[in-house]
Amino acid sequence: MIKIEHLKMQFGELIILKDINIEVSKGEVVALIGPSGTGKSTFLRCLNFLVKPTEGKITIDGFTVDAKTASKKDIHVLRQKTAMVFQNYNLLKNKTAIQNVMEPMITVQKKSKEEAEEIAIDLLKKVGLLEKRDAYPKEMSGGQQQRIGIARAMAVNANVILFDEPTSSLDPELVEEVLAVIKQLAAENNKTMLIVTHEMKFAKEVADKMIFLENGYIAGMGTPKEIFQNCTNERIRKFVNKVTANNVEDK
Amino acid sequence: MNFDFQWFINLFSIVLPALKITIGISLVSLAFTLLLSIIISIVRYYKVWGVYQFFGVYITFFRATPLVAQLFILYFGLPCVVPALKSMTAFQATVIALTLNTASFMAEDLRAALESVDIGQLEACYSMGMAKYQTMIRVVLPQALVVALPSLGNRFIGIIKGSALGFTVGLADIMAKAKIEAALSLRFFEAYLCVTVIYLVIVVFVENIQKLLEKRIQKFC
Repeated sequence: MIKIEHLKMQFGELIILKDINIEVSKGEVVALIGPSGTGKSTFLRCLNFLVKPTEGKITIDGFTVDAKTASKKDIHVLRQKTAMVFQNYNLLKNKTAIQNVMEPMITVQKKSKEEAEEIAIDLLKKVGLLEKRDAYPKEMSGGQQQRIGIARAMAVNANVILFDEPTSSLDPELVEEVLAVIKQLAAENNKTMLIVTHEMKFAKEVADKMIFLENGYIAGMGTPKEIFQNCTNERIRKFVNKVTANNVEDK
Repeated sequence: MNFDFQWFINLFSIVLPALKITIGISLVSLAFTLLLSIIISIVRYYKVWGVYQFFGVYITFFRATPLVAQLFILYFGLPCVVPALKSMTAFQATVIALTLNTASFMAEDLRAALESVDIGQLEACYSMGMAKYQTMIRVVLPQALVVALPSLGNRFIGIIKGSALGFTVGLADIMAKAKIEAALSLRFFEAYLCVTVIYLVIVVFVENIQKLLEKRIQKFC
């Protein structure tokens, strides 16, 4: 489903990602964890070329793009194979909740308005926000906006969904509602998900695989059990346990 | 004070029929100005090489020189060099001068507004697979127009008042009518007060429309 080979991302002198190699199979939920500023978000953004990688090959859903030779058209195709949920929701401010969800269906999939609306209503029901269909983003809470953001990512109808710290801008009370929606999504759909998160408890519950990124390298990879309990890497064990300990629920 | 109130009131019935010229010029110029400004601002936003520099020079020229000079060059100067322009009417010349002049300011207002749209909005569109032009037309431009609305209103008011320069090339707008009556009767104060009142009423009307528009779009910006 996803294959990343020798991905490198350099920003001027600064090397953000050094040599990333990952394979993710269809339907797998992968949590990307690690300290802030180690390139987790950058890595995710390289996958849909919101950040242009310097080197390496990205294969998603059978379509391969080489960073060095990527054309505009390649990038366009690659982007249609992924959907993204953003840290700051990034709902289109001039469109209502339902229009946001309909947008990719109308502009990219060229569906009719009626068909798009029908699907959008279903998706809004799924995230429990049908009553907000005509609300503008600024009329909704952060949690609601993010749930609409997730519905919109579903509407892209890609097999891969990238979550870029989906709960980091939410106040603690709203985190749960968003995580619940993501969990439900992971359980119900056979979508491949890459989730950058600091919510260790959530990652443990939802992920099939966890990847620990540090200083632009993959420092460790494994099932949640391997990472949380049997990790031989002292650094990773310290990190996950420290972050988990900071979580009030686990104290 | 020697103010002939009766004459002043009667003057309105002479001047007001020319209002359609003033309003016509203003609306046509506004439409062209908006169109031209949007094109220029998008070119400058994307920094399209060559065209970007060309519009840079255009903006500098039209912002730096007086409207009346531009109008005279266009109406009296250019037809001497380009005979095809001799058929240009005063109406057309005024519209062209007003458009070129105002667009040089409005394009910069709009470019700033385009740049004020959060990068996250663009990222959201691109991540969905939307093309650049779709992102611009459906998301960036609408949001930018909302941001720019107050300054667009200002520019439109500038156009309305700028249309008064049309009389210098022989356009029979309200200003021209008032000037003719003033010259005939030597009642300058009454005549200019009359047009001043008319401009004031038009601008107050425009201001109210602008307020109404701003209120309507408030819910998403």
